[in-house]
Amino acid sequence: MAVLQHIKLGDWLTLLLGGVSVVLLALKLWSGDLADKAVIRSGGKVFLEVALSKDQQIEVPGPLGISVIAIKDRRVRIASDPSPRQYCVRQGWLQQAGEIALCLPNQVSVELTGSNKRYDSLNY
Amino acid sequence: MDEKPQGSSPKNIVALCARCFERVGRGEGKGPSSILLQTTDEDHHVARMAAVALGLTVLEGAIPSPLPGVKPGLANIVTLIVLARYGWRTAVWVSLLRVFAGSLLFGNFLTPGFFLALSGALFSLLVLAFARHLPSCWFGPVSHSIYGAFAHIAGQMAVVYVWLIPNPGIAYLIPILTAAALVFGALNGLIAARFMDNAENI
Repeated sequence: MAVLQHIKLGDWLTLLLGGVSVVLLALKLWSGDLADKAVIRSGGKVFLEVALSKDQQIEVPGPLGISVIAIKDRRVRIASDPSPRQYCVRQGWLQQAGEIALCLPNQVSVELTGSNKRYDSLNY
Repeated sequence: MDEKPQGSSPKNIVALCARCFERVGRGEGKGPSSILLQTTDEDHHVARMAAVALGLTVLEGAIPSPLPGVKPGLANIVTLIVLARYGWRTAVWVSLLRVFAGSLLFGNFLTPGFFLALSGALFSLLVLAFARHLPSCWFGPVSHSIYGAFAHIAGQMAVVYVWLIPNPGIAYLIPILTAAALVFGALNGLIAARFMDNAENI
């Protein structure tokens, strides 16, 4: 290739360096922060703040009954809930900071927080 | 009412100015009224190079861009060639002349777009001042171009963040912009290297 003779050894090095930094930047800036803490609320008040490092099941009482929150492999889900439509249960596993599952009928919510939140507040 | 002195009556001033402009027009003005600029061959050369860069800028304006802000930066091919052939000071002249004249041409002088172009140009010139001292047996225009392109993006993002959109959310654009800088930087560098090679062979 006639064009490639213009690329010297150092230029290849520069290209490699540039490519690696682009990939690193993409990985750093495009992956949300992994959560390290879950904030569980019941009836609008903080019920429990729990680190994600330990796998466990937490039972949270609400007006309709008991919601069960499961923590496993640094992820969180609502395992069971007495709400009629089961939206928060069907939301599945949460793992990134800022994700939130709301069981409105039972007034239970679980929110993941990381080192820095991606937004200050959410309005519904 | 004061009597005005005879010498500064309006009619005389007009006549004086007319004579003055005639002298300047004929290029024979030697007094303080003269506006004749002395230009050197180097000035003419810089102006020619800046004009070529300007032409490439206009050409580039016709190319549709998938994302605002992602542009090939074809005019920098000229900057790279000037840098390699005539040194850094000439490259600064050509690059900044292109930015200023281009903004006048497109009508965005002193608008945000102008300051983005200016900050990008200044940052890449700053980085090129160092990059051109890399050993030339290993590093060619391709490296210069890539470093310049990255500096260009960095300068622009700095201005955008400090002045235009002070929101960390713009960080999401950085991977796209740096990827474009890498690709177009390498391409511009290749074109510049190819051009200089051809010119030497002739």
